[in-house]
Amino acid sequence: MAFYIALFLTGLANAAALFLVASGLSLIFGVTRIVNFAHGSFYMLGAFIGVTLMQVLPGAVGFWGAIALTGLAVGLIGALVEIVVLRRIYRAPELFQLVATFGVILVIQDLALMIWGAEDRLGPRAPGLRGVWRIFGEPVPKYDIALIAITPVILLALWYLITRTRLGILVRAATQDREMVGALGVNQAWLFTGVFGLGSALAGWGGALQLPKGGADLLMDFNIIGAVFVVVVIGGMGSLPGAFIAAVLISVLNAFGVAFLPQSTLVLMFVVMAAVLIVRPYGLLGREEVAGEHGQVGAPETPIRPYGPRGMALTTLLLALLAALPGFAEPFVLTLVIDIVVFALFAASLHFILGTGGMVSFGHAAFFGGGAYAAALLVFHTETPMELAFLFAPLAAGLLALAIGWFCIRLSGVYFAMLTLAFSQLVWSLAFQWRSVTRGDDGLINIWPADWLNGPLPYYYFTLILGVGGILTLRHIIHSPFGYALRAGRDSPRQAEAMGIDVRRVQLVAFVLAGMMAGLAGGLFVFSKGSVFPTELEIAKSFDALIVVFLGGVKTLAGGVVGASFLTSVEHWLTRLEYWRLLLGLVIIALVILMPEGIVGTLRRLALRLRRSDEEVSR
Amino acid sequence: MTEILRAESLRKSYDGFLAVDGISFSVREGELKALIGPNGAGKSTCFNMLTGQLKPTAGEVYLRGARITGRPPREIWRMGVGRTFQITGTYRSMSVIENVQMALISHHRRLFSFGPRAWKLYRGEALEFLRTVSLEDQADRPCSVLAYGDLKRLELAIALCHRPRLLLMDEPTAGMAPSARIELMQLVADIVRDQGLSVLFTEHDMDVVFAHAHHIMVLNRGALIADGSADEVRRDPRVQEVYLGGGTLFKEAGDA
Repeated sequence: MAFYIALFLTGLANAAALFLVASGLSLIFGVTRIVNFAHGSFYMLGAFIGVTLMQVLPGAVGFWGAIALTGLAVGLIGALVEIVVLRRIYRAPELFQLVATFGVILVIQDLALMIWGAEDRLGPRAPGLRGVWRIFGEPVPKYDIALIAITPVILLALWYLITRTRLGILVRAATQDREMVGALGVNQAWLFTGVFGLGSALAGWGGALQLPKGGADLLMDFNIIGAVFVVVVIGGMGSLPGAFIAAVLISVLNAFGVAFLPQSTLVLMFVVMAAVLIVRPYGLLGREEVAGEHGQVGAPETPIRPYGPRGMALTTLLLALLAALPGFAEPFVLTLVIDIVVFALFAASLHFILGTGGMVSFGHAAFFGGGAYAAALLVFHTETPMELAFLFAPLAAGLLALAIGWFCIRLSGVYFAMLTLAFSQLVWSLAFQWRSVTRGDDGLINIWPADWLNGPLPYYYFTLILGVGGILTLRHIIHSPFGYALRAGRDSPRQAEAMGIDVRRVQLVAFVLAGMMAGLAGGLFVFSKGSVFPTELEIAKSFDALIVVFLGGVKTLAGGVVGASFLTSVEHWLTRLEYWRLLLGLVIIALVILMPEGIVGTLRRLALRLRRSDEEVSR
Repeated sequence: MTEILRAESLRKSYDGFLAVDGISFSVREGELKALIGPNGAGKSTCFNMLTGQLKPTAGEVYLRGARITGRPPREIWRMGVGRTFQITGTYRSMSVIENVQMALISHHRRLFSFGPRAWKLYRGEALEFLRTVSLEDQADRPCSVLAYGDLKRLELAIALCHRPRLLLMDEPTAGMAPSARIELMQLVADIVRDQGLSVLFTEHDMDVVFAHAHHIMVLNRGALIADGSADEVRRDPRVQEVYLGGGTLFKEAGDA
């Protein structure tokens, strides 16, 4: 019994930092509608700045003073990021800002590496709270008890701030209707900056407060961001008490999971999230997102048309160039093009459901990695001929998409995104922890193509034909009646339902199609590399695809493909440098600010403007 | 004339608030019938229960004798009931004619067709429908740049695509200039006469209602207080109390 109580207390203590970080994210999302991927980075900054300050400031006053100062410092950094980067792109398409926050993650990672080095830092013990207390005979660290006491105080303080102060009224009003708040004469820019700063400060405090338990390292940002999103979603976006309950729930479950079912720890919280979302689609204390509540941000998409003669000619020229490439290019260029085509197909499949269908998936890697693993497992365990195993990649990914999609499409917006993320984490943990089948992080190796394809040249053409074929198929479908039905369901689900369109069925079919294409990309990938590891199923892989779709332009048809080609090429050149993340992050941020409609969208706008001024001159 | 639609004791309550309080009525074939009432009387709620957007708390809806209560909107649409909304819901990313083509694609059951180019399908037919509402000049403009009154007309064209036997129009002329209102309702009246379809519509403009409706129903605070010809309704003392006694609606209609 005592052991259970001790576990419970450990869980409660762990909830403190998680709740702080999650409440910050929830606050930022509620007011600014930014899905802040970089929130984990602010948490990491909090930990490193905290360690440094604690070394400088002595004693108990120094320790707690350092924590307080850390929050302020991180809050200032957050406000700076908001002013310099985010403020410029609020008018961009919805969710575009997450690309910018992804750039911020990369920049902060390398800056932290530069300043604090690659070594993990141990956090100092809290003065006066070094030992343990015995509770029913079980040792419980004194600092844990202090954290348990602090957490409700933080909740109360935040609750007071939100419900009783003027700032709180503004925040709540902006959460409900930010346009109205603007119309009532509130300076939105500074409200957003303030809220972003406050949210970042909360993350910073979370990072500093957990120091005596965890320390500081360079992987903290990605390690916590998953849990934070889970907490915010389980609690209900924008609900502080919800985030509190969810943080406690997840932390306590995790403490018990570590003790009794260590294999479950990676996936436990995602299982809980999936269960909660299936029963309560808007989280424990969240409220339903009313359709159109956030308004259409930015210009509406313009009607689409297949390429005219000029576009066709350019595409043909590009394809001819790619087909002739082996004649004059060096081998590494061929490898690069294979990578580009594979990633472009993967991105195009996400773009299909995201751009045309309006379904933002945060877990698309499940189908890419799923396809790769399906083929690899067949080859590895049953020595299936490559041709057959390869066919299995899109098939298995499609079936997986059917299963996952069946649960997810009943949700929309951020909740849809998070449920797809949860399911992809399930798939990932399966690959990671079911060692007897998947060999865990040792990966599956020696997965080579059949003899007639084995070699750079045959495989290059194989990839080119299937990859480009897949992309063109998706494009064709976008212009078909089905593609139009998908777009109708995105533009106005009510109207679509009122003209006989079964929106959910259309979306499910699209989801499965996208899954199959991602699986095809995964199949091409695994036989080109000869191996597959759980990294192909990670959150980071899903985010990569998201980033390039937005970078290329959501509201354009070529966005995914162009974004993928751009990012793969840039990464290829930059990764030779020591601080490539910093540079890549800066490139992404610059692109986001300069081209808020994505590469293709902005180029198209420029071309339109040029054509118009031509016409004016000729008149 | 046989009846095409019948509502029996239709009721909708939200957390104890009774939005529609057990109303019964019917619409007959070839009839142009208006449902009027002050703001908040429950007109839209009533419409949404008829076409499946809302599930009634109690009561039944019959279409040509077949029970359709609680069926999803798309099934009711397939049974020949068209619908336009108070706030238009067109597809902003498509051109005007593509909006109509979308409805035709659905009508011809080609939604899960992956082969043809959608913008080439049923273009001629779609142009005909646009001509009916005099929008053919704007066929290829993006839908997002249309004026509000034109959107209302586009909605009508879309609603006619599956050749409905019954059309439910929720405030078809809201937000239009007075002359355009008369014109649009005249168009609807012509369609009713030529094609023999039935129309049930809500409207705040009493000139429009009394000029065109064959029959008028009056809804007040969720209850049906009158159902009859224009003259009967005009003379009904309870209607006079709601409209003239309160003195809001006739004036409002003139201002709007």
